[in-house]
Amino acid sequence: MTTAPPLATQDVAPAQTPARAPRAGRRRLWLTATCVLLAVLAVLSTFVGVSDVRLGSLLADEGTARDVLLLSRLPRTAAILLAGSTMAVTGVVIQMLVRNRFVEPSTIGTTESAGLGLLVVTLLAPGMALPGKLAVAAVAALAGTLLFLGVLRSVPVRSVVTVPLLGLMLSGVIGAVSTFIAYRADLLQTLSSWMTGDFSGIVAGRYELLWAVAVLTLVVYVTADRFTVVGMGRDVATGLGLSYRTVMALGLGIVSVASAIVVVVVGALPFLGLVVPNVVSLLAGDNLRRSLPWVALLGAGLVLVCDVVGRVVRYPYEVPIGVVMGVVGAAAFLYLLLRRSTDVG
Amino acid sequence: MIEVRSVTKRYGRTVVVDDVELTLPAGGLVSIIGPNGAGKSTLLSIVARLLPADAGSVLVDGHDVASTPGDVLARRLAVLRQENHLTVRLTVRDLVAFGRYPHSRGRLTTTDEAHVDAALEHLGLTDLAGRFLDQLSGGQRQRAHVAMVLAQDTEYVLLDEPLNNLDMKHARQMMRMMRRAADELGRTVVVVLHDINFAAAYSDRVVAMRDGAVVVQGTPAQIMTPEALHAVYDMDIAVHDVAGAPLAAYYV
Ligand SMILES: Nc1ncnc2c1ncn2[C@@H]1O[C@H](COP(=O)(O)OP(=O)(O)OP(=O)(O)O)[C@@H](O)[C@H]1O
Ligand SMILES: [Mg+2]
Repeated sequence: MTTAPPLATQDVAPAQTPARAPRAGRRRLWLTATCVLLAVLAVLSTFVGVSDVRLGSLLADEGTARDVLLLSRLPRTAAILLAGSTMAVTGVVIQMLVRNRFVEPSTIGTTESAGLGLLVVTLLAPGMALPGKLAVAAVAALAGTLLFLGVLRSVPVRSVVTVPLLGLMLSGVIGAVSTFIAYRADLLQTLSSWMTGDFSGIVAGRYELLWAVAVLTLVVYVTADRFTVVGMGRDVATGLGLSYRTVMALGLGIVSVASAIVVVVVGALPFLGLVVPNVVSLLAGDNLRRSLPWVALLGAGLVLVCDVVGRVVRYPYEVPIGVVMGVVGAAAFLYLLLRRSTDVG
Repeated sequence: MIEVRSVTKRYGRTVVVDDVELTLPAGGLVSIIGPNGAGKSTLLSIVARLLPADAGSVLVDGHDVASTPGDVLARRLAVLRQENHLTVRLTVRDLVAFGRYPHSRGRLTTTDEAHVDAALEHLGLTDLAGRFLDQLSGGQRQRAHVAMVLAQDTEYVLLDEPLNNLDMKHARQMMRMMRRAADELGRTVVVVLHDINFAAAYSDRVVAMRDGAVVVQGTPAQIMTPEALHAVYDMDIAVHDVAGAPLAAYYV
């Protein structure tokens, strides 16, 4: 009852808030510092590439450098930041919904299903406009995710390991179906452009859809507490008066739509949703209201660094981001697993 | 008042709660005792609308728990389950603060903070507030979950084996705290216990279950007889009078 007095109000000391204030302040400081660092990195990244873009050339030549910057480099950096933060955030959301740390959209069939949906719509209605294709991809992604949840429900043993393994198997099956269809229809290359993230094709006019995922990420941030509560399980959520089904539906919707958009615009970015949330969980815990900014920042930062590495390592050629992410992500993940077993924290 | 009306729960063909009728008046401390598998947790979960009943209904202050909006009920009734494993990594303070969710929807006011501080204080967790739950001992973690339920600050508090993992000192503290919540704040505390001596010493009423049914209920004095205890546990238990209070010697 709201009218009842708080339990033992008389015991509440008045001087408790200041003790916590410095910690919150320090957190904000770190967050701001990381934001600044990411911004600096982002600006620097626009000067890396085959065409000569330097402060000097921006002012000197007759607009070529500026065109490269505005039409290619800036869109590319924006796409990297948006896609990177989104995929990390979708990872943490699905981990909350499934209550397992080792799942992410590309290991439970969401991403593969989006690809399959795109493939089918490309075959059956090649002339469909982009929003239509995107809608089909999103619906397919949702269907794939629900299929995963359905499979989970029907499996009696739900250990920490079987859940991600089931997801990987399901992704494998869906991926194989896609590959088969694409092979028969001679669309293998198209399929692989969706399934391997690549920012080299990003130019102005070809990435703006990604701003929609920024909105979705914002929605996740606003509703962060609900996802944390659902991460504590159905009973706790119900006990706290939260509609488990509503939050589940909201989360699945966001993850499916965001994954579909990223697949359509840049292609899949594996490992991101797995590595980043796990790192953040170790450092800052899983209270999403607090950890979500870190997840988004680190996701964006990791993709940015991997992209620059990919552009520099075999200069003037580019190594696809998917390859770099695979190496970096696998190493980071291995480190996390090993560290976890030796450290009680 | 909690009214349990002809509640039945089955798993397959096994009836685990069998047509239970029970009325718990508002205010006071009620203990539910009974052997493993008697249906105590199942009944408590149904009352807390965590589990749907197959038949019958539960009314809390006249509201049917199956149809009352979840957030309305969450400001009136809080529940601690028997198992509380979490996969999310939260600090003790964050966990307890989530107990305020029905009131604050995540935006903690100073009142919310005061409730959280009080709950931490009551369970001796103030010094551990910044620790992650996976850095606590089993008993400390149990206390953190109880603190979360207390922070929810509800008229009705249902606790399934809150003494799990607690040492003597903390077990007694926990019982005293529940007694105070009932006496000083007028709360209705319903608690599942295995130690019948704790139940007898602190409760206003004891409800004994066996095989999905309530077999005996009444004041501690009425329950603490060799006959009643035999009906519940199928054991011969001597009951001694120690300083005016009944004490069951079930160890030997
Ligand atoms: N999901 C389930 N499926 C089938 N049977 C179940 C399920 N959950 C509980 N049961 C059975 O229901 C009966 C009552 O269980 P319940 O958890 O209510 O017992 P309890 O009185 O709380 O016991 P304990 O003291 O061990 O906690 C038990 O026999 C149990 O085996
Ligand atoms: Mg039980």
